[in-house]
Amino acid sequence: MRRFLRPGHDPVRERLKRDLFQFNKTVEHGFPHQPSALGYSPFLRLMAIGTRSGAIKLYGAPGVEFMGLHEENNTVMQIHFIPDQCQLVTLLDDNSLHLWSLKQHSGASELREEHRFTLKGPPGSPPSATQITAVLPHSSREVLYLGTESGNIFVVELPSFRVLEDRTITSEAVLQRVPEDYCNRRSCELVEALWEHPKNPDQILIGYSRGLIVLWDLQNNKVTHHFLGSQQLENLYWQRDGSKFISCHYDGSYTQWPVSSDNRQPEPLENLVPYGPFPCKAISKIYWQTTKNGLPYIIFQGGMPRASYGDRHSISVVHGSQQTAFDFTSRVIDFFIIFSSEPTAEFDDPSAMVVLAEEELVVIDLKTAGWPAVHPPYLASLHCSAITCSHHVSNIPLKLWERIISAGSKQNIHYSNMPWPIDGGTNIAPDPPQRDLLLTGHEDGTVRFWDASGVCLHLLYKLSTVRVFLTDADPNDNMNTLGEDEWPPLRKVGTFDPYSDDPRLGIQKIYLCKYSGYLAVAGTAGQVLVMELNDEDAEHVVDHAEADLLQDQEGYRWKGHEKLKTRDGPVRFEAGFQPFVLVQCQPPAVVTSLALHSEWKLVAFGTSHGFGLFDHQQKRLVFVKCTLHPSDQLALEGPLSRVKSLKKSLRQSFRRIRRSRVSSRKRRGGSGNASEVQEANAKFDQDALQEMELAPVQRKIEARSAEDSFTGFVRTLYFADTFLRDSSRHCPSLWAGTNGGTVYAFCLRVPPAERRMDEPVRAEQAKEIQLMHRAPVVGILVLDGRSTPLPEPLEVAHDLSKSPDMQGSHQLLVVSEEQFKVFTLPKVSSKLKLKLTALEGCRVRKVTVANFGSCKTDDYSENDLAVLTNLGDIQIISLPFLKVQIRYPCIRKEDVSGIASCVFTKYGQGFYLISPSEFERFSLSTKWLVEPRCTVDMPEVTSNNHVHKSVMESAARKSRSSEDYGEDERKSGRLMEHALLNDEKVLKEIQSTLEGGR
Amino acid sequence: EFRRFSLERSKPGKFEEFYGLLQHVHKIPNVDVLVGYTDIHGDLLPINNDDNYHKAVSTANPLLRIFIQRKEDADYSAFGTDTMTRKKNVLSNVLRPDNHKKKPHIVISMPQDFRPVSSIIDVDILPETHRRVRLYKYGTDKPLGFYIRDGSSVRVTPHGLEKVPGIFISRLVPGGLAQSTGLLAVNDEVLEVNGIEVSGKSLDQVTDMMIANSRNLIITVRPANQRNNVVRNSRTSGSSGQSTESSLPSSTPNILANFLQGEEESDEEDIIIEDSGEPQQIPKAAPTSESLESLTQIELLQESTQNGFLPSSEMNLNHSAGSVSMDYEVQDPDHKSLEEDGTIITL
Repeated sequence: MRRFLRPGHDPVRERLKRDLFQFNKTVEHGFPHQPSALGYSPFLRLMAIGTRSGAIKLYGAPGVEFMGLHEENNTVMQIHFIPDQCQLVTLLDDNSLHLWSLKQHSGASELREEHRFTLKGPPGSPPSATQITAVLPHSSREVLYLGTESGNIFVVELPSFRVLEDRTITSEAVLQRVPEDYCNRRSCELVEALWEHPKNPDQILIGYSRGLIVLWDLQNNKVTHHFLGSQQLENLYWQRDGSKFISCHYDGSYTQWPVSSDNRQPEPLENLVPYGPFPCKAISKIYWQTTKNGLPYIIFQGGMPRASYGDRHSISVVHGSQQTAFDFTSRVIDFFIIFSSEPTAEFDDPSAMVVLAEEELVVIDLKTAGWPAVHPPYLASLHCSAITCSHHVSNIPLKLWERIISAGSKQNIHYSNMPWPIDGGTNIAPDPPQRDLLLTGHEDGTVRFWDASGVCLHLLYKLSTVRVFLTDADPNDNMNTLGEDEWPPLRKVGTFDPYSDDPRLGIQKIYLCKYSGYLAVAGTAGQVLVMELNDEDAEHVVDHAEADLLQDQEGYRWKGHEKLKTRDGPVRFEAGFQPFVLVQCQPPAVVTSLALHSEWKLVAFGTSHGFGLFDHQQKRLVFVKCTLHPSDQLALEGPLSRVKSLKKSLRQSFRRIRRSRVSSRKRRGGSGNASEVQEANAKFDQDALQEMELAPVQRKIEARSAEDSFTGFVRTLYFADTFLRDSSRHCPSLWAGTNGGTVYAFCLRVPPAERRMDEPVRAEQAKEIQLMHRAPVVGILVLDGRSTPLPEPLEVAHDLSKSPDMQGSHQLLVVSEEQFKVFTLPKVSSKLKLKLTALEGCRVRKVTVANFGSCKTDDYSENDLAVLTNLGDIQIISLPFLKVQIRYPCIRKEDVSGIASCVFTKYGQGFYLISPSEFERFSLSTKWLVEPRCTVDMPEVTSNNHVHKSVMESAARKSRSSEDYGEDERKSGRLMEHALLNDEKVLKEIQSTLEGGR
Repeated sequence: EFRRFSLERSKPGKFEEFYGLLQHVHKIPNVDVLVGYTDIHGDLLPINNDDNYHKAVSTANPLLRIFIQRKEDADYSAFGTDTMTRKKNVLSNVLRPDNHKKKPHIVISMPQDFRPVSSIIDVDILPETHRRVRLYKYGTDKPLGFYIRDGSSVRVTPHGLEKVPGIFISRLVPGGLAQSTGLLAVNDEVLEVNGIEVSGKSLDQVTDMMIANSRNLIITVRPANQRNNVVRNSRTSGSSGQSTESSLPSSTPNILANFLQGEEESDEEDIIIEDSGEPQQIPKAAPTSESLESLTQIELLQESTQNGFLPSSEMNLNHSAGSVSMDYEVQDPDHKSLEEDGTIITL
């Protein structure tokens, strides 16, 4: 009959679809991949980060964030905010300048590119003549000074980017009155630094790379002071009152220079090599900050002794006798100091140092003794250890939420409690609709709990499974063993640590029951840990059980890694999730699927060899089932493909090293070694790609057979209380789906609660379904008599879901990579199917049931399947009739890791990794949309007078804070509403009305 | 009539001896019969030489069901791929009444003794430059055995000749199904897979589509060698038996897709094992075809109960003794007419 049913256009359904579904990529969480530039506006209190892919991201108070992308996708080299404006200028590596501004649009601010400009020299001049090396936005906000490689400084008008040729500061003009012998030895070379005089906007300080520094008078167009530096210059910084400045040099020294009207060619006051006397690396940036007590802060990047600490990425803070060299695990891109920016203030009084490293953002509190780090509310380094899996839990009950936060706060005691210093802009986004947790599993055996409710992905709590095992690395063997009088006084900061002690610790699967606080975590070496939330520290023995998944299969030998050694005796666990039982799969292959039923107290786990069921109440293995096909030798060889790829990657990395050496020889200086290696890598990858394209690509067409390898690989496990044997009695059941298209169903007998400890849980195989198309089974789901998916364990007990319909007949939905099939239960007959691959050539990668609410009416919602395919498309498929509703392209199909990392939420949102350190958040729902919505107030500044302006500014700030107050009130109103919604009784009522409506 | 006897699995002997044994067991020494068995997929397959006889014995698991029909009233069309499952696909028959009136086959030789491996279909509706080939992977041991690649072909468009990307057959595996049919060749351009155009799809997508359809793969190609094309005069000439089944204009791929999907329902039934019993094919839940459904279900039920009640220890015993116990039925003439009606209607 189906052949006569055209894919009809039911107008009512079409309208409903518009009210239900909508695709948006809303926000990027995490730390920008390959950051390349940093900027800060003390006026707006906003920070800007540019990346190598041409993205620019602005961050202020939590929730305030903006993103822009340069069309050219070139590396952002520099970012400069225009003083006292909602504008900024970026310099890209193609020497183009871009003017961006924050404009209000329909109530919220937006970041837009206004103008672009490339400096052009006179015809015939070499490109270096106009290659911009330094940018100075003048406080008049009318002009930009652009220092170039040729030594000339060009002046362009804002915002038109018109070159004011008559105001160009040529190197000839600068050199006019320089002593001849100095002049002969060194020409000007490129402009390294440009700084405006802090008190006199008509004077700018110009530093040339060969060491010459001049103070230039803009009114009279002439040099007023010459400072004859003898070392190659790296950077400059004014003291606040303009009476002195400091220069830092390539040889690791810094020099103070006096500026007075009587001496036009002064000698340096002080020249110091902080980490001498042996040769040191360059100090590339320096700050001089005055304080009330007279002792200045001198903060500089680099300068480490070349031979012994030349590979460290450090920033040193010197304040009187205190000195600390903050040691970063990745290259420092740039840093800035937050200090009192009120022009009337007499001292800088620095409060915080913000450091952008290649892989993380570190903020140091300079006000508190000991200079502790500040916990950032955003820009979290998701990849401190590589992410190996993720798991999302929607709508966390308040109780569990608070317990997780309290466990997390105990871990954060070493952080400063300073409020987040970058607090510009106002977040006007509505409060997140519910509390959501995103759990990420990492290669180092940790699980991180993120607050994924709103725009800021914030780390709540970190769980480590390492303590259960004996690893090679002794936890006491830390960097902290360095003595007090160690020199240089290095201190490790930041959390980025890409080196895993043992790859077997890696987390592969996570399952959290939000009602009971039970957490199951499974890893690379076949370890399955069941944990319980405990608010106190505890010391206990972790029970240990082994599950031999091969059972009596003879003649197999596992050639992969060994299982992890466990610690004997009691182990001390900090407050939080504490493991109480460890199930070790044998052979210790990676755990490929995991399910936990907190009501029945059962955990099921599967590997490439089979699956098992463990009763974590009685701590007893219920059964194991080997799913291996006798001919499947590959599964036993261990991670064979991994061995291959390891070899390959080794070879590749050797090639990379060779290539990077060649390229670094070719190139001069530049932006540091690491970036060059990366470039070389990118180039290598491209070459490899081209090579691949040259080879004839062909694909074998062959039917899948039972003998294909890895057919026994267990892809999915599912607990359901349904009709497995006959239609009169339902019973607990466990379902497992394999890579070879087999579905196993086991009938479980769980003793009633009062005899739960006395009688064993029994299991008996009831059904085995072999899908003829033999595609991997990626999802199993039981629909109740109303065709609604069965609720999660304990959901009904907590009154958060109505009980499933046990009267009508249940249906089984099996999702393979190629097809969706609905079968009747208890007698398995096929009822419906949707072939995806046969018709569209795409395969299912991820599938979840999601609830979609209508944006028009509050009382309508429906369950659909959200599906991600290997082409990166997202499809929504209706339940129970399996009709494709809508399709959105989401991820590039080449982005395999992005597709593999995707997780869907229960309410039609999702996350996927766009880089190792960033999650893109998307929404399929019209109703649940989490995206940044914020404003940045633009004070009306008309005068050039600094003092006047600052008054205006503070007035603006005050008015804003009063607005904030109003905002808060409104917020709290919403919060109340929100709290009401979370009240279970209210929910129940709402649900009952919903039921009535149906 | 049912007879049950055992045979030594390791030494099945020759077909002639087996044939004699059957005639002896049934006391029909001078009656010509067609011998068939059901294979693991539930197909009724013929036994008429040593090879397929040995194959039949080797597939016994541990029971081998053998069907014997009198040669003169034999229903040849009962043999072949999907014969057992096709019975259940009533729906398509109701929708395609032409199947009811299918004339009895004229027996030229005995093509039903073999499974079809390939056919050219829809010759009457396709342009002469195209060829639609159906490969029956089901039940054969031969690999499909071909590779595809990216390439470009020249198309005539309103703007003149244009180079467009296409998918081509790049290699045929010697001894594979594709090569043995002789209907596909290297550099043939693939235009459609089971009624769906491949233009705009990537090589990987087309690969996945072909593999997903591998059990009943219909590919429309533009042969690289256009000299073997048949110049047609009439609609019917050259069209095989299958052409009537799928005589839909190729210009409506949507309908074709639906139709093909419908047709495939029958030949892609999953297998279920209940309570560790014998594998069965999963019936399709089709409440509209109550009567016929019940008929086939009864049959299946009998089978399952029979097997289900066999104590497993006995099965093992049989096994270890190296013998195959056989369960077969001779179709009673009276009983058969009813059965035959069933087959005809449900075919």
